[in-house]
Amino acid sequence: MKQVLKVEDMSVTFALHESEVHAVREMNFALSEGETLAVVGESGSGKSQAFLAIMGLLAKNGRTGGRAMMGDVNLIGLAPGQLDIYRGKDIAMIFQDPMTSLNPTLRVKTQLAEVLVKHRGFDKGKAVKSAVEMLERVGIPEPAKRANAYPHELSGGMRQRVMIAMALLCQPKILIADEPTTALDVTVQAQMLDLFKTLTDDFGTSLVLITHDLGVVAGVADRMMVMYGGRAVEKGVTDDLFYDPRHPYTLGLLHSTPHIAKRAERLDPIQGLPPSLEHLPKGCSFNPRCAFAFDRCLNERPLLTETGNGREKACFYEGPMTYGKVA
Amino acid sequence: MAGITGKDEVLTAYARKLETLDAPKGRSLTQDAIRRLRRNKAAVVAIFLVVFIVAAAFIGPYFLTWGYAEVDWTAIRKPPDFEKGHYFGTDQNGRDMLARVLQGTQMSLIVAAVATVVSVSIGVVYGAVAGYFGGRVDAVMMRIVDIMYALPYILFVIILMVMFGRNPIMLFVGIGAIEWLTMARIVRGQTLSIKEKEFVEAARAGGAKPWTIIMRHIVPNLTGPVVIYATLTIPEVIIAESFLSYLGLGVQEPQTSLGTLISFGAPVAEVLPWMLLGPAGVLVTLLLCFTYIGDGLRDALDPKDR
Amino acid sequence: MLGYALRRVLSAIPIALIAVTVCFFILRLAPGGPFDGERALPPTVLANLRAHYNLDQPLINQYFIYIWRLLHGDLGPSMVIDGFNVSQLIRIGFPFTLTVALTAFVIATSIGVLAGMIAAVNQNKWPDYVLVLAVMLGVVVPNFLMAALLQLWFGVYLRWLPAGGWVNGSIWHLVLPVTVLAWPHAARISRLMRGSMIEVLGTNYVRTAKSKGLGQRLVLARHAIKPALLPVVSYLGPGLSYLLTGSLAVEQIFGLPGIGKYFVTAALNRDYGIVLGTTILYMFIILALNLLVDLVYAWLDPKVRYR
Repeated sequence: MKQVLKVEDMSVTFALHESEVHAVREMNFALSEGETLAVVGESGSGKSQAFLAIMGLLAKNGRTGGRAMMGDVNLIGLAPGQLDIYRGKDIAMIFQDPMTSLNPTLRVKTQLAEVLVKHRGFDKGKAVKSAVEMLERVGIPEPAKRANAYPHELSGGMRQRVMIAMALLCQPKILIADEPTTALDVTVQAQMLDLFKTLTDDFGTSLVLITHDLGVVAGVADRMMVMYGGRAVEKGVTDDLFYDPRHPYTLGLLHSTPHIAKRAERLDPIQGLPPSLEHLPKGCSFNPRCAFAFDRCLNERPLLTETGNGREKACFYEGPMTYGKVA
Repeated sequence: MAGITGKDEVLTAYARKLETLDAPKGRSLTQDAIRRLRRNKAAVVAIFLVVFIVAAAFIGPYFLTWGYAEVDWTAIRKPPDFEKGHYFGTDQNGRDMLARVLQGTQMSLIVAAVATVVSVSIGVVYGAVAGYFGGRVDAVMMRIVDIMYALPYILFVIILMVMFGRNPIMLFVGIGAIEWLTMARIVRGQTLSIKEKEFVEAARAGGAKPWTIIMRHIVPNLTGPVVIYATLTIPEVIIAESFLSYLGLGVQEPQTSLGTLISFGAPVAEVLPWMLLGPAGVLVTLLLCFTYIGDGLRDALDPKDR
Repeated sequence: MLGYALRRVLSAIPIALIAVTVCFFILRLAPGGPFDGERALPPTVLANLRAHYNLDQPLINQYFIYIWRLLHGDLGPSMVIDGFNVSQLIRIGFPFTLTVALTAFVIATSIGVLAGMIAAVNQNKWPDYVLVLAVMLGVVVPNFLMAALLQLWFGVYLRWLPAGGWVNGSIWHLVLPVTVLAWPHAARISRLMRGSMIEVLGTNYVRTAKSKGLGQRLVLARHAIKPALLPVVSYLGPGLSYLLTGSLAVEQIFGLPGIGKYFVTAALNRDYGIVLGTTILYMFIILALNLLVDLVYAWLDPKVRYR
């Protein structure tokens, strides 16, 4: 299938007072047309920063290396003016907190219409009309009335729908959704995921779903990339990873997720805390928390390697993994 | 003067942050804050300078050859002369400018301290009472504050002048008495949020009286805002005092203050520049230092980074 | 919006009345009176004067007489300047004061907002440092000292501008006073603007705007400036009232014929009429400004309107 985004050897570093923090290292992946890729990891795993970097939205002290090819265009290293040709048009992003992601001083329609005015060259009236249509499409009742509202007059779920409408206005090739449901009620979460699925299918948009919640991934994502300490540790088709995890961290994540772990006897969270990116452990970053770690893991860092069937993992352990005795 | 150093905005922002971040938790002026203040070079330098100026103003005069009211008939309107001990020169009456600047600084500092203590005390008690009792008491008390905000400040000070005559200490008790408005607002806001905390609930359940609760549990939690407020109020009062003295309404001869000295120095600065530069230098240095210390304290006590 | 405005206007009325009352009694209960001059007046003259100004009546009657007149827009007679009433003096002096203050206000606000924005966008680069220095000077150097230094430099050494006075109304006489008045105001505005702009540039909604590919100019103009102006707007009301009262001081320093001149002399002579009249005038202006600011604020921040 046609690839819409190919990320090669990408890295993200932040300059602190006297040191540097590597938030993302050696990241490689490809996104095919129309597919949904879930990027999973704990907070601090670098999953959000990687995609903010692709969008050119890093904090001022952030630096990005490598390539992110969208067709012939390398999004990394484009001047801001150049990047603005693609941002919002071919690649759009939705953020975690719908409560603060909309401008409180502007009406919803203004915030929607400006995208079409900028990228499609619509006049204001036509842009507003299309915006209202899009609001209807994302399931907002009385869209014409809601378009005149200010964000604080809408509920959280409603605002996230507005965000989705805004991102999809130009029918982008790629949509990045960063924890789009985390701030919402559980009942709304399910509706929202449905909406994502329907809309991205309709528009043929490829979706990147960034989340820490494997419950969100199941049933939505085609493929999955698990990140730990700034690196991808396991990649593959979602179902494969769910039923047959090959990296102890993926296994741990599965057992920490309530409604997936149900089949196991009990909920079994991963012990310990996510690593500090400034002081990653020697060898495999996961070794202090890993039940299967052996001496090689303490000194040598496993590389991401293919294990057949389109799967990749970064782990030396090859034996069987049973859960429960992990301490 | 209210708003002269932008104190109100700084503090209101700080207080809002405290409220939203649920910060104090009884550890207001901790080791942590002191360490952070120490890292702020500008603030540290400012603190040393202030200490130096205060020491010079209060101890310095004992080491000088000339008293502030003493006339040297051999040196009238003379530029700085190190042999005679007139390090800052002399004025039109042959008085030593250094002695006068030190005395003036002393007066300005005393006045500032008095007014600040008065304003902080009134503000804390008023705000804490309003916030603690809430309801109608709060509504009425804060309405009064609103009304006082509507009074034109300088005019009010001048009216107070009329009331208190030329007694400087009384005058600045008066200034302090109308400087407390913002403090009261902030303290009220803080009290409203603190009084819902468990430890206050516990004290109340244990039968503690309102006054005890306010003084023992609420006031200590206000250290941050109070310290910042005080450092930023001192320069404001110094400016207010100098301004009134400049208009001829403040401290009277032979006593002097930085404002009085500047008002005498300004008209003759073309021919006797040392008469303006000495007091002006000290005044600006003091004001700069207090502003830097205030900013430094605000950053050091910033609840955001805790 | 209209209902909100009406509510705000109505709630300002009792505040104004109470403030007038407070001022009246504080002033009257203070020791001393307008006729305690250096040379004592003969008792009969004094009695006549006191009767003429109603000072012989009980204080509470005087208060009601004053309020009654005030409601008719009459601020009463001046007790020291013969033949003038307070309204006349205000009419002579206040337009001048207002001109100076408003000129300073407009100049300072525009410069302040612009400088604050430039500094925020160039945070920790040289425009930012230049601004910080200018702000420090503006905040720290008191107006009378800055006036003295500017007079000395531009008026005496360089002889570019008149150092003071008001000779036949040349506009050049206003340059230094307006500068002295405007500088600290511009400094505070730019500091506020810089701070709030930096905060706004770090918000999620500005990030959203950037992600839409709007380009820096549109992101700033449409998404950042309006919310960043909020704290500045809420400062404009108090700011203008500081400028108006500050103008009294600056007029005194530069010897300009505004209302400040009358006020300071009147206070020293305990001329109740002028002191009270000016105070009330200012109070009403401050209340009106605060009201105006609240309304502008409600327009800028839609959330406020529904409270």
